Amino acid sequence: MDGPIIEVKNLSKKFGTFEAVKDVSFTVNKGDVFGFLGPNGAGKSTTIRCMLSLIAPNSGTIAIFGKNLANHRSQILNNIGCIIEKPDFYRYLSAEKNLEIFARISGRDSSKKEIQEMLEFVGLDGRGKDKVKGFSHGMKQRLGIAQTLLHKPDLIILDEPTTGLDPQGIIEVRNLILRLKTEQQKTVLLSSHQLSEIEIIANRMVIINKGKSMIEGSVDALVNEQDLLLQINVSDYQNAMQAIELEFPALQVKHLHGSMIEMAVEKEMVAKMNYFLVNKGFSIHSLEPKRKLEDFFMKIIQE
Amino acid sequence: MLLRNTYNEFIKIIAKPRSYIGLGVLTALIFVILFAMKADGTSFVSFVTASFEQTLSFNGNILNGNLIAFIILQMLIVHIPLLVALVTGDLISGEAAMGTIRMLATKPISRTNIVLSKFIAGAVYTLILTLWLAFLALVVVKWMFGTGDLIVLNSSGLIILQEQDIMWRYLCSFFVAYLALLTVSSLSICLSAFAENSIGPIVSTMGIIILFTIIGSMDVTVFDSIKKFLFTTHMASWRSFFEDPVKMKNIWESIVILVVHNILLVAIAIIKFNKKDITS
Repeated sequence: MDGPIIEVKNLSKKFGTFEAVKDVSFTVNKGDVFGFLGPNGAGKSTTIRCMLSLIAPNSGTIAIFGKNLANHRSQILNNIGCIIEKPDFYRYLSAEKNLEIFARISGRDSSKKEIQEMLEFVGLDGRGKDKVKGFSHGMKQRLGIAQTLLHKPDLIILDEPTTGLDPQGIIEVRNLILRLKTEQQKTVLLSSHQLSEIEIIANRMVIINKGKSMIEGSVDALVNEQDLLLQINVSDYQNAMQAIELEFPALQVKHLHGSMIEMAVEKEMVAKMNYFLVNKGFSIHSLEPKRKLEDFFMKIIQE
Repeated sequence: MLLRNTYNEFIKIIAKPRSYIGLGVLTALIFVILFAMKADGTSFVSFVTASFEQTLSFNGNILNGNLIAFIILQMLIVHIPLLVALVTGDLISGEAAMGTIRMLATKPISRTNIVLSKFIAGAVYTLILTLWLAFLALVVVKWMFGTGDLIVLNSSGLIILQEQDIMWRYLCSFFVAYLALLTVSSLSICLSAFAENSIGPIVSTMGIIILFTIIGSMDVTVFDSIKKFLFTTHMASWRSFFEDPVKMKNIWESIVILVVHNILLVAIAIIKFNKKDITS
């Protein structure tokens, strides 16, 4: 289909007097891995639950695949696979049986072969007959991804899919999400409170805080328009700092430790600074431009 | 989609260990009653018939399968609701506690169909429990104790029903007993739609049954007008089939009230579940 896959407009939801979501709007295009970023309690899960009709919004509209969710719920959900917070399964049933059950109410009966292939895709081959109660959190997360994909949906919604996973599990789940985009051309909406995670996986994102959408756009554009933190390990750092301050009076240069100095610069300034210091006869042992991701995120959520 | 999810519900009930507790407990209770009757049934029967022995003479096998089936039905119909609620009270709230309700509600099945499929699955489970009770009471007991005329003591006195006039009464009794248990199943599913844990609906169902039973048994004028609308009043309507003549008007009234209860309870569960924000 042409046009956006998800279009959320002016969504609001109150629980009693608490306004969990206030006027949230954003758009997800076909083929996006869309980051839904915000600190804990920002309203991400509530928004996602509204998009999956788990929670009824107080106002606003949600259109998915060009159709209004309120009027075409079943048709829309038929083409969505999702994990909300953590995938929960029938503990007393095997992984295969769980997948069979969820596929059946997703509108299609999956063959044993399809279930096996899906278990293999998520790295759970050979564990299909095991009861879910014996599975680790990481295995459940992978089974959750298998469950989202089994009925071959076009849109995948993952709410904090790496929460509670060990570092290896996080990498595995991230790789799985990237494979969904590259191998299966799925559109993915990924909610997370970790900026680094969104930066690695997503191409577009919205930042949500205190129930409001703060900023939306391409991840690269949003991140690159911010200053970089340039850390330089340079010989004779005191003279180097003086030289920099004389040549670039607008820059605030800070001594970190040893012969390491740091300054906030624009992207174009990195090469210029390198050239300047070498020309002045300083030896550069290392030069590392760091994006001020966390600062950027904090700035947005503190607005 | 309703049939697909109903099939899923059966798979879940079959796989859950608690589903077998009811069948196991029922079997154990019946065998305890059978053991007691085999060991000391004669004195039990004498205790009941003692007051009539000066005016009546009892011949033949009074302690037969028909009498024991009646005793079993009378004793267990009070306790089976707990066994029913144990499974049906968990059908919606158990999924909320486990978190699977979230997964279920994001699938392309309407919430109404989710509740209806659980009601159908609960109804089938209750039917299986009732049929198991009927099998043990009518087949196993008769095989062990033989058959004969049935002596029933009720409010109007002692009734003797002939052997060939009994089986249809039992079949109709089990049908009405099933309807009463189905109401318990609907009640616990209804309560389950309001709860987020398994224990709450099970305990609440039993609490309501106890409360209604006490109200029904209290001889107080203030409760007279509501007594006939309480489903617990009609849970013992199966006994009416062992009167002579059978008071069909009363039985039909009970059937209507129980059916209306079932419809109302399922409707409340559907409305509640449809309006519920799933936040678990």
